[in-house]
This record gives sequence, C-alpha cells and structure tokens, in this order.
Amino acid sequence: MTHWWTPARAVTALVLVLCAAVPYLAPALDEPFYVIVFARIMIWAIAAVSLNLIMGYGGMISFGHAAYLGIGGYAVAILGFHDITSAWVQLPVAIGLSAVVALVFGVICLRTRGIYFIMITLALAQMVYFLSVSAERYGSDDGLNILWRSDFGTRFFDLEDSVVMYYTIFAVLLGCLLVKWRIVMSRFGMVLRASSSNDTRVQAVGVPTFRYRLVAFVIAGVMCGLAGFLQANLERFVSPDMMNWHRSGELILMTVLGGTSTLFGPVVGAVVFLMLSEILSTITIHWHLVFGPFLVLVVLFARGGVMGLLGSRARHD
Amino acid sequence: MTEDIRNADLVAQGLNKSFGGLQAATDLSVSARRGEIHAVIGPNGAGKTTFVHMLSGFLRPDSGKIKFQGHDITDLSPAARVGRGLARSFQITSVFREFTVLENVVLPVQSRQGHSFRFWRPALNDPTLLEPARALLEEVGLGDRAETVAGHLAHGEQRQLELAIALATRPSFLLLDEPMAGMGPDENRALIDFLGELKTEHGMLLVEHDLDAVFALADRITVLVYGRAVASGSPDEIRKDAQVRNAYLGETQI
Repeated sequence: MTHWWTPARAVTALVLVLCAAVPYLAPALDEPFYVIVFARIMIWAIAAVSLNLIMGYGGMISFGHAAYLGIGGYAVAILGFHDITSAWVQLPVAIGLSAVVALVFGVICLRTRGIYFIMITLALAQMVYFLSVSAERYGSDDGLNILWRSDFGTRFFDLEDSVVMYYTIFAVLLGCLLVKWRIVMSRFGMVLRASSSNDTRVQAVGVPTFRYRLVAFVIAGVMCGLAGFLQANLERFVSPDMMNWHRSGELILMTVLGGTSTLFGPVVGAVVFLMLSEILSTITIHWHLVFGPFLVLVVLFARGGVMGLLGSRARHD
Repeated sequence: MTEDIRNADLVAQGLNKSFGGLQAATDLSVSARRGEIHAVIGPNGAGKTTFVHMLSGFLRPDSGKIKFQGHDITDLSPAARVGRGLARSFQITSVFREFTVLENVVLPVQSRQGHSFRFWRPALNDPTLLEPARALLEEVGLGDRAETVAGHLAHGEQRQLELAIALATRPSFLLLDEPMAGMGPDENRALIDFLGELKTEHGMLLVEHDLDAVFALADRITVLVYGRAVASGSPDEIRKDAQVRNAYLGETQI
C-alpha cells in the first residue's frame, strides 16, 4: 500500500472522468453520437459489475445473468404498455421481480457447482427468454416500444432530458461500485470470498455458506435488474434479444477481459469490449475475425485481464 | 460402559456407513471425554477419515447416532456442529490459499461472533476480529507470518495454520485428522507438546498415523480395521492386545 498511485488506479480515474465528461466532450468534438455509446457502455458496466460480485468474488459463473437485464427492462415496458409510467411503481417492480427471480433461481442452481452451475443458470435464463418470445401481447420477437420513460413525478428529475438520463446512469454505476466495494471488504464479503476459495472449510468453521451465496446471488440479480431498468429507459425499447444467451456470454467476457477479481475491472472490460467492437466494425465487416483472437489472447496471456496487466492486486482497485 | 457414556463429551453409537459395496464403518461406537485425547489408529483404508467426516457432519451415517454433550447431533449440519463447539481439522491441508494467514484466522473468529450478514464495515479494520486472530497466531507460533499469503507458507506452517483455523472457532472439542501428516521430526515434537497443552481445556479425538505421537499423547486408543473397532482401551492395554498386534501393530513393529 506504499504507492497509492498505481497504473490500475490511474486507468480507473481516467475512465470515470471520461464517463463524466462525455456529454460535454462529445458535442465539442462534433461526435454527439458518443453520448449514447457511453450511456450504453455504462449500463453494460453496471451489469458486468453485478456479475463480477458473484463470479469474481463468489466463484459463481452465471451464464444466465442477462435474464435480469430483461426482467428489469420488461418491467418498465409492460407497465408502460398498460399506461403505468410512474417510476415509483416501475422501479420497485423491476427491483422486486429481479430479487424474486434471483432468489428462486439461486435456490435451484446454488446446489450445484462448476459446469453444472453454468448449465443450470443458462437453462433458467433461457426459460425467461422464451417466456418473452412467447408473449405475443408484448411483441414477442419484435419487442415492445416504450413511449414514455419512467416518470419520477418531478420536473427537477426528468429522464426525458437526455443529460439527466446520462448522469442517472453514471450515478447508478458509481453507486453499484461503492456497494460492491463495501460488500467485498465486509464480513459478508469475507464469507463470500472464502467460500469461493474453499467452501468445505468455511462450513467447517461454522458458517452455513448456502444462505450467504444465495444473498450474494440476489444482490447481483437486483443490480443487474437495475441495469435493465436503465437500458429500457435509454433505448425506449425492449426485446427478447436483451436477454439472449449471447448477452450473458458477453457479460462474462467483459468481466474476464477487465479483470475478474478486481473492483473496477468489469467497467474497463465493458469499455474495451464495446469500444473495440464499435471501432472494429466500422473498419471491416469481418471484425469478429480480429476480435475473437484478441479475446483469446487476453484470456491466455493476461490472466488478471486488463487490470491485471496494469498490476492491480485483487480487490484493492 | 454406561457410566463411560454418561461422562463422555462425544459419543458415537453403532455407526454404519457403506459406499456401494465397501463397508467403511460397521457398528462403530466410540466415546471420548473432555480433558482427554482419544486416539483412533488403524491401517490405511480402515475408515478413519470417514469416521471424522461422520462426526463433523460432512457425511451422514447410514445408521447409528452421534451425541455431543448429551444432545443428539446426528442430523445437524457441519456448521451447526461447530456452533456447538465441535470443530475439526483436515488431513489434506485445507486453508484459504489466496488469503493471508491473518485473514484465514479472522474468518473463524468472525464465525464464532455470530452471523456474517454485515455488509458495510470492512472486516479487516475491525479490532474485535483482528485482536483475537493475532493473539491466536502468536499462540500457535505464526505471529510473524500474519501478512503472508497462506499458499506461500511452508508445509509445516500450513499444518500449524490448519490447526489454528480450527482453534479460532473456540471449540470445546477438537476432531484432528492426522495433524502430523508430512511434518518433520522437530515440528512433530513441537506439535505433540502443543496438543498436550490443549488437552487441559479441550476434548480431542486424534486420528494419527504417527504411533510415537499417539502413544505419547493418547489417554485412550481405539483401533480400526476395515471400518470395525477391533480394540479399545488405554495405551498399555492396546500394546498388549494380541488381536491388535496381529491386525496392525505387528506390521510396524512397536
């Protein structure tokens, strides 16, 4: 702890300052499109941060995390479809539904480990996916438009204002990072990290680990549901595609890319992943040919992800 | 015998356990008292570790009962047994390799203080966790290694840490599964002394291969062969027992 100014922290500060400045920077550079690009990146970052809580610190590799994006998003869209646009209804429903689904899924899949855990989370998420596909009333495959963003009932905080929308996402991202940081360092975090390291031993010192892992699973689900709530509001649109298993896979990739057991890694991962695919796809339509090998190289040679390359020690940065 | 059981802290009655066709425990009964070391010895594959797993709750016996301080604990989870003061160590070193030595001991200290649904305050700034953890590390001789990552410790030190983790839950009874495994002679002697000191405050069930250690420490010895207790008694009685000699000690020439 002698050097508080490490490269990893410098990158953290840089990314956060960049996120904060984009609404002013992008128009000045005559690239207003980047405001929405960064808003999207931050939403993915929130989802990746939530996945990282259970994956990086709890050893639970959920291959169905995008389901909560869909649940949070559809809560906004379906309520809006029925003319309930108040955020004071939509937000609690999005959070509550994510929590209940995560609780039920958690009870089922936390009885398994390793590859079985991955497969069961995938299967459960696919159930939610197919539920949305089969909901013809709510657009099935075509998705559902959202006419009005969530209404907080005050003109001082109006998501229809794109600047307010942007900084709301930014604030939620900061909030999630703060919550994750406190949780990881707390007694609860000790149990979570220890059970990922050696679950049998945690039980042998008197801690019934199942309930702790379950609560972590629910917290991560709620955080990701919040990202879904924001995504639906930002895009004014939801579709089954937002909880396609590809999305869950991308969340895992972002997390691994940024650095699994680091606080800020998933944010860096989301930025690198989405910016790179954005840039590469403008250069060539065969951009996956470059992107795929790049990801493989990072996983093979930079085991701590980008943050690991920058010398970040687990959980301090 | 009934008097024995009434005074005993930990009682196993008629435990049976089989894995497919393999009978790992057959009508196994052992009673161990507080303030004593009850050693369980036997050749490889005798079912010693299976026995410890059943006593600590990681395996359910097919039939039979386990009582601790007068209560039936057969159906309790491993964690609940630790809550009652019955802790164990592992034969294969089972520490948190990515954690520092201090953190390894903070976790059990935290466990004994109650639930860990505390989400906000950093655990490693909490003096109520750090002070008992540091004191315990001093006691087992790892005081100067507190900040070392456990995976980087030498084997003997990892064995010490293994024991420290079990002790940090403040158990009244310890199940020790081969605490001497893989230790050098000097470390061995130090550990024998240390276990002898612990005896005054703890009951202990000691599974051990090192027969010198067993005869130096044990107040009572049970000999397991193929999941069956073939003999049980004081160290002197075990030395003289013809059946034991045939089954076990003869091979190793005691």
